[in-house]
Amino acid sequence: MARRHHGIPEINAASMADIAFMLLIFFLVTTTMSVDKGITRKLPPPVPPNAQTPKVKERNVLSVLVNKDNQVAIQGELTDLNTLTERVKEFIQNPNDDPNLSEHEFISDLLDREMKKPKPDQNKIKIYKEILDQMGNMPKSKGVVSLQTDRATKYEMYIHVQDAIVKAFNELRDQLARQVYGKPFKDLKEDQQKLIREIYPISLSEAEPRRVTTK
Amino acid sequence: MAVIGQKKERTTPAISTASLPDVIFILLFFFMVSTTIKEVDYKVIIHLPDATQIKKLENKSLVSYIYIGKPQKALQAKYGTKPVIQLNDQIATLDQIPQYVEAERAKRRQEDVPKMTFSLKVDKETNMGIVTDVKQQLRKVQALKINYSARKPYKK
Repeated sequence: MARRHHGIPEINAASMADIAFMLLIFFLVTTTMSVDKGITRKLPPPVPPNAQTPKVKERNVLSVLVNKDNQVAIQGELTDLNTLTERVKEFIQNPNDDPNLSEHEFISDLLDREMKKPKPDQNKIKIYKEILDQMGNMPKSKGVVSLQTDRATKYEMYIHVQDAIVKAFNELRDQLARQVYGKPFKDLKEDQQKLIREIYPISLSEAEPRRVTTK
Repeated sequence: MAVIGQKKERTTPAISTASLPDVIFILLFFFMVSTTIKEVDYKVIIHLPDATQIKKLENKSLVSYIYIGKPQKALQAKYGTKPVIQLNDQIATLDQIPQYVEAERAKRRQEDVPKMTFSLKVDKETNMGIVTDVKQQLRKVQALKINYSARKPYKK
């Protein structure tokens, strides 16, 4: 009976709290809770100096200008950001085939054209066929939103304009996703999202800002 | 007197602190999981703009940062009050960007280079001129995936 007491002595855990406290304080000090978020965009590749700019019909370009006083103009008319989102959606969708808004091409025509090319892009052909399978012969807009800023435009305004334009495309994608799959765009599978992105790509072209005279 | 002395001995018992380490550990784990250690010391003042259509940046190890904003108060004597560019821990000039991009690429594995994103953390009061110059520099070296850092708008 007496021998039992000679077992391994219990470790004193009183200092455990101190150790844990030290670690806790270290993490409290070094922590920054913010998660990195933002608008992801792709820049156009550099243009070779003697390359010709591809010709785009005037009706297929929606020009958005932001001047040095942070005012937004669509096709030369002053507007606000909410109208901008609506105008971009209208321009891309063009449901009544208004001759002043963007033109459309059907996926079947795009597929035909791709097949006739000397070097057809197999990836594109696959995507077009899947679209025809799952959604039928969808029209795809040829429209491009052209965003031009001044060198003195505030960055905050620029981000708000970008945000309004991206919002228009996201809403169009969401609308199509609900129509075809009955789910919002973000709940779709990756390959379904790819098809919708093909129909509504974020076609935003950014001209280099014009140099302004010194203030 | 004697009566008072007797009363004094009946104090409340000490609270057991045996569960204190457990409580602290739970807090510790919470902070360990939610923590992201600051990437660099800011040499510039940055207040991010807000936007609604923002996405989380995935794969942090493939993101490099470029900061643009006014220099911190203490550095304004040296660098002035105009917005400047910060790469890593230093204030840099425009023509150092291609070098920086190359250095960042060299840190990653070959197959990860096309997936790299350059995150622009720009103060909202900055003029577009300098931002565009940075974008042109990035285009020159084929660093085309970029991200404009922004915050969620504060809802009232």
